[in-house]
Amino acid sequence: MASNLADYKTEVHNDWCPGCGDFGIVSAIQMALAEMQVPRHKAAIFSGVGCSGKTSHFINTYGVHTLHGRVLAFSQGAKLANPEMTIIAAGGDGDGLGIGAGHFVAAGRRNVDMTYIIFNNGVYGLTKGQASPTLKLGLKTKSLPEPNVNQSVNPIALAIASGYTFVARGYAYDVRQLKDLIIAAVKHRGLSFLDVLQPCPTYNDINTRDWFSGLDNIDEMTNKPMPRIYKLEDTGYDPLVHIDSPEEENEKLTQALIKSNEWDSKIPTGIFYKNEIIAPYDERMAGRIPNYLENPPAYQEISSGGKSITNISKMLDALEI
Amino acid sequence: MSSIDLTWVIGGPQGGGVETAANIFAGACAGCGLKIFGKREYYSNIKGEHSYFGVRVSDKTIRSNVSGITMLVGFDSETIFRHVEDVFDDGAIVYESELTGMKMDEVHTLDAQFKERLKKYLTSKNKPFTIQGLLDEAKERGITLYPVSFREILANLSDETKNPKIRGMFRMQNVLAVSVSLGLLGLPPDTLLKSVGTIFSRKAEIAEMNKVAANYAYNLATVKYSKFKYQLPQIPKEEHTMLVQGFQSTSLGKIACGCRFQSYYPITPASDESVFLESNEIFEVENNRPGSTLVVQTEDEISAIGMIIGASLTGTRSSTSTSGPGFSLMAEALGWAGINEVPIVVTLYQRSGPSTGLPTRHGQDDLLFAIHAGHGDFPRIVYASGDTEEGFYDTAKCFNFADVYQIPVIHMMDKFIASTVSTVPRFDSTKITIQRGKLLEKIEDAGYKRFTPSPDGISPRSRLGLENGIFWNTGDESDQEGHISEDPENRIYKMDKRAHKLDLALEQIPKEDQAINYGISDFCIISWGSAKGPILDGIDMLKKEGYKVGFIQIKMLHPFPTGYVQSLLSGVKTIIDIEANQAGQLGSLFNEHLDRKVDYYILKYTGRPMTCNEVFDSVKKIIDNKAEKKQVLTYGV
Ligand SMILES: Cc1ncc(C[n+]2csc(CCOP(=O)(O)OP(=O)(O)O)c2C)c(N)n1
Ligand code: SF4
Ligand SMILES: [Mg+2]
Repeated sequence: MASNLADYKTEVHNDWCPGCGDFGIVSAIQMALAEMQVPRHKAAIFSGVGCSGKTSHFINTYGVHTLHGRVLAFSQGAKLANPEMTIIAAGGDGDGLGIGAGHFVAAGRRNVDMTYIIFNNGVYGLTKGQASPTLKLGLKTKSLPEPNVNQSVNPIALAIASGYTFVARGYAYDVRQLKDLIIAAVKHRGLSFLDVLQPCPTYNDINTRDWFSGLDNIDEMTNKPMPRIYKLEDTGYDPLVHIDSPEEENEKLTQALIKSNEWDSKIPTGIFYKNEIIAPYDERMAGRIPNYLENPPAYQEISSGGKSITNISKMLDALEI
Repeated sequence: MSSIDLTWVIGGPQGGGVETAANIFAGACAGCGLKIFGKREYYSNIKGEHSYFGVRVSDKTIRSNVSGITMLVGFDSETIFRHVEDVFDDGAIVYESELTGMKMDEVHTLDAQFKERLKKYLTSKNKPFTIQGLLDEAKERGITLYPVSFREILANLSDETKNPKIRGMFRMQNVLAVSVSLGLLGLPPDTLLKSVGTIFSRKAEIAEMNKVAANYAYNLATVKYSKFKYQLPQIPKEEHTMLVQGFQSTSLGKIACGCRFQSYYPITPASDESVFLESNEIFEVENNRPGSTLVVQTEDEISAIGMIIGASLTGTRSSTSTSGPGFSLMAEALGWAGINEVPIVVTLYQRSGPSTGLPTRHGQDDLLFAIHAGHGDFPRIVYASGDTEEGFYDTAKCFNFADVYQIPVIHMMDKFIASTVSTVPRFDSTKITIQRGKLLEKIEDAGYKRFTPSPDGISPRSRLGLENGIFWNTGDESDQEGHISEDPENRIYKMDKRAHKLDLALEQIPKEDQAINYGISDFCIISWGSAKGPILDGIDMLKKEGYKVGFIQIKMLHPFPTGYVQSLLSGVKTIIDIEANQAGQLGSLFNEHLDRKVDYYILKYTGRPMTCNEVFDSVKKIIDNKAEKKQVLTYGV
């Protein structure tokens, strides 16, 4: 039975602030799931803690709202135990790049076949607007008593350096593009990272919708705003690593890193880097455990009539004297 | 036949083959039908610091170490300095004869505190601070000395076998040392050679060379020296006896009871378990496809527990294994598993805290922490095994508790058990039952709610991927579907629903799984975990002198089996708490839950396991009315 978009929505009351970018991200996830026709019980949305953490409650699939910073730990465990699931992990920039930064890096090394979306709003929304790890040095958003004293982390560059094999950026107010990016991310075999620029109208009064649209940046010639956001695909940018060679990989990594550094006047969205050559974790596992994918942990039979059916006698024989 | 009970200790620098030597020794003795109880002691260091392995051998069941050494074997000087004082007066020392001139101050790995103590001792005996001084003192006490030049053995062996390489193979000193001592102890040489073969079974060439060396050293010992006064007999072997290291018990238990996902972050003494699981990741399953355990090394312990929660949500039996520092990091996620009713098993191999404490030493320091870890009120079961054999069967029980009560279970093990090598009856997985509780395989209708009310408070559990089984989880308080709810009435329903599981567990878990009663007497020991072995052996020693002592081993520490323990203690006059921590943590649980207090404490927190002699001495003092309220045990270097 086909599912329509409404099937992926819950009736849970949404308490995000009016105009919050999070709405667009949730819609994009629901649209992507509907378009791919992922059976609802075969999908699970894992989320961290923050405003963004509530995401899982609004989507009518399995939903696991985890701990602050730990969304990748929980979600990878689920995916590894049941590789049939379509897993999307979602969380804030504080969640993933502050308290959870260690997991962010380690996950890249594993390359588990799932999707991770960071809601990048430059602030800790749910704790009332403190600086998040992506807020630029020297900026003073609404509730900061003093300007931010830390350098910002570059999520795209960090993902690339950590080994994510699909790295992209979306914009919360461009739901259509975001939906397409989510579909591409889910379909990618390996760990996909999506950095979503998510205006927080309540606490981030600098990186606002108007700012992203360039309303403060008027072209003197045309007298029109110059939008900061642009799409990489419109510039002929090719993110894909086509052949298994160090030169090719270096070229694609380097261009992605350079692109990821663009910010103040031009902010690229779209796919920065995509590598289908590096094996996802499940394939590496199947190399060790040949029937891992067809008989994964979640589907193994372990008992019959309340008795163990695992035969450990060879291991015991080795210990006998 | 008179019974035999001796302790053989070999020492040397970490990385110098001490463990291999001890394994050969233990294997050879076990091959002759003898019972083994061996333990390894080492510093938090990879190469160079002193490590030693003590193997107690007997023809009777033994469950602990003794204070003292029957035969000390050392191919370095530190071993002699460290352990000679501990050798019994009727014991023996096998040592490298070329080292006798060594001065204490030349051994850099001896710490200042130890040297000061030893110097005081030697001064009192009027002896110089050299190996010779110590050996002279030993000889005066009646100890038999066996000087052996391992260098010379290698040289002679090299000449005889016309293999010049052997001359410089000092790595083989360990094998030579075991072989000499087994020659002196009169064990048949074929068991020695068989054991050498088993230990080096992966490398045929090395096995062969070591066998030649072992044979040579063994013969030399029988020809050149007079027999040691104690000889190891060969006795009928009990069928299906295994020589097992403690950590292998929980690993095998996990495989047998269907744990299929294990994550871990490396830490002593827990990671050996995970490494064993990974080494045995594929196994046979009756009438079925081969099974496997997915073992994942994570970036930290927070990830380790997060991953197993995620895996458990798919219906997979999942666990992680750690020690105190790692468990500290898991506290927050433990509460998440509690509030969301997710079954997980955390195998907690305790060591000496606080902080990194004595990283490679024993301790039962984490009982109260295991009971209280995590913020807020949520149910968990804390269950402790007393030895290797219990470790196997209890692992399966812990997974059942987790599944039946949908609850985190902390399985308490420790360094003492982890690094004990002992002879135990072959584990029998037909004795294991597997109870998955209300885990659902199928849901027919729509309308499923994860936390739906039920008479016993435990709701049917769906799993990720199950049709019609969609649910939500959150670390926030939630409604029946699992969505965030701050409703006061719902809050009471959910809190009480979860808390009620502990009442249920107390009611349903068989009494004999909650606490073991080894006999009740006026004087009664209470304890938990690995203190069991020294206590049982100590009680046997007391019995021989006419002292009667009872013993209750608490296995389920949380929820505390108050009623049952209270009833057991009704006729007891004096309660003696014995455990390996400073605060008397089990004692404080007793004081909290029972209407009476612990009378005496016997505690050890040096990081070295208790010996049965220590239990014997300290309990005897109590019965003779000569003891302080608290005795602190100190034996062991
Ligand atoms: C261990 C822990 N520390 C602190 C908090 C408090 N806390 C809740 S949300 C949050 C920050 C959220 O910021 P972010 O991850 O960027 O998400 P956003 O709200 O912006 O979507 C913090 C610090 C917590 N829940 N857990
Ligand atoms: S505080 Fe910001 S991020 Fe949070 S809901 Fe409001 S607008 Fe959105
Ligand atoms: Mg944020």
